Amino acid sequence: MIGFQTLFYKEILRFWKVATQTVTAPVLTALLYVLIFGHVLDAHVQVFQGVRYTAFLIPGLVMMSILQNAFANSSSSLIQSKITGNLVFILLTPLSYWEWFAAYVLASVVRGIAVGVGVLVFTVWFVDLSFVAPLWILTFALLGAGMLGALGIIAGIWAEKFDHIAAFQNFIIMPATFLSGVFYSLHSLPPIWLTVSRFNPFFYMIDGFRYGFFGQSDINPLQSLLIVFAFFILLSGVALGMLKSGYKLRN
Amino acid sequence: MSAIQISRIKKNYATLQALDDVSLTIEQGEFFGLLGPNGAGKTTLISIIAGLVRASSGHVSVMGHDVVADYRAARSQLGVVPQELVFDPFFTVQETLRMQLGYFGLPRNDAWLDEVMENLGLSDKANANMRSLSGGMKRRVLIAQALVHKPPVIILDEPTAGVDVELRQTLWKFINRLNRDGHTIVLTTHYLEEAEELCHRIAMLKSGQVVALDTTRALLQRIAGSQLKLRLSGAPIPISLHPQQALAESPYTIFRINNSSDVEPILASLRQAGCVVDDLQLQQADLEDVFIQIMGEAK
Repeated sequence: MIGFQTLFYKEILRFWKVATQTVTAPVLTALLYVLIFGHVLDAHVQVFQGVRYTAFLIPGLVMMSILQNAFANSSSSLIQSKITGNLVFILLTPLSYWEWFAAYVLASVVRGIAVGVGVLVFTVWFVDLSFVAPLWILTFALLGAGMLGALGIIAGIWAEKFDHIAAFQNFIIMPATFLSGVFYSLHSLPPIWLTVSRFNPFFYMIDGFRYGFFGQSDINPLQSLLIVFAFFILLSGVALGMLKSGYKLRN
Repeated sequence: MSAIQISRIKKNYATLQALDDVSLTIEQGEFFGLLGPNGAGKTTLISIIAGLVRASSGHVSVMGHDVVADYRAARSQLGVVPQELVFDPFFTVQETLRMQLGYFGLPRNDAWLDEVMENLGLSDKANANMRSLSGGMKRRVLIAQALVHKPPVIILDEPTAGVDVELRQTLWKFINRLNRDGHTIVLTTHYLEEAEELCHRIAMLKSGQVVALDTTRALLQRIAGSQLKLRLSGAPIPISLHPQQALAESPYTIFRINNSSDVEPILASLRQAGCVVDDLQLQQADLEDVFIQIMGEAK
């Protein structure tokens, strides 16, 4: 247990020591989104009945920040350690692959939630935001961050250079989050894009998370929860398999 | 129970066979040297023992624990100083050492960490960030990291490569003390005088195979007595002296001799053959001579 605790603490300390880059900057980015999109669209767009556009936007941005930062934490930690060679200090230890997985995923969850809370704290003043079902909010936030933490482990192990992580982030994570209903309701899309979006797991995370705020969602939140949970299990299984086999870690 | 038991280890990288059927037993309390030229397979073998690399076939155990099947127990018994000068730029020296202790499942023990830092001359750098340290200081931290969990078996992969005399002396004093306290030490180094002075037993690797395995004393005795190094010109060396010739070190021709009374007959034969002695040196054979000879023989 001490081994897991130490690795978890190290992963927390790693991002906290550069909190300007890892926490403050993403909070500021989300704040800018709210200021710009809220200002431009608030008077023109209404997605849910009785909910202002800015209010609709904030939970989406909070979840997007949670997901992107959870992914960034585990993936950047692993690729940095691989490139600089200091991963050897962990590879030489008796830490089990379960301890590795748990420490990296939980640290990713902590960073994701820290950024998410930061975004919420600084944006909640713009509108009257309701919290209809806080447990759903918490469940989707934790599960989504855990899923992206696991995906970050997969990317971090698979990547051989920073460029690979950047590609993963820019060509998979970024489009998947932007096209998941952060800025719009899926029902405002043409039928073809509506169908395509249903294959995007990020959509279910954001839709379910938003349900916790407004009690309204594009699809049944229980269905979203099951889909997100299934993806979490799938990605965790892959990440654990990679850690256990030593894929790209132990030649 | 042996400290390290290596049984028929093979390691293939695509078309390259890095290790070819290597078997070695290192007993507890030994100060063991693993020598060989670059690319001989030393680091690959150490990496397999440490669990950083998976062998293609064969088995390795550390203190009776298989490094694959029982990896947690094996790794807890082992401290490895890697060859590469790596560090985590986010942390201070003390944070680095505390974390390394924690990874091994051991509770915080600042008294022991202070002792390790004191012995390696790191005390005044405890709160310095790893990035700010010189190369020599970073090397000291690497050594400290390998020792924090008090492993019974310690592997040092070229720990003195590119470090100053002061660190070498500090390091060997500390490592010798650990060895006297019962720790098994495995050392790879290109400084053969270090290996000769420190190691009780030595294995030499070449092209992934063990080409010599004996006590340091026995290896030194393979080159009986001394060596007569001559820089010659004029006529070729007479055939009668060929059996006494050792591997040449250009521009010197080397003759093995048992004692100084063997010198004059060799010089007489050379004079008679018309050879001119331009330079003469009489040397006691050392591990470097043994190394050169064994590597030459094992072509």
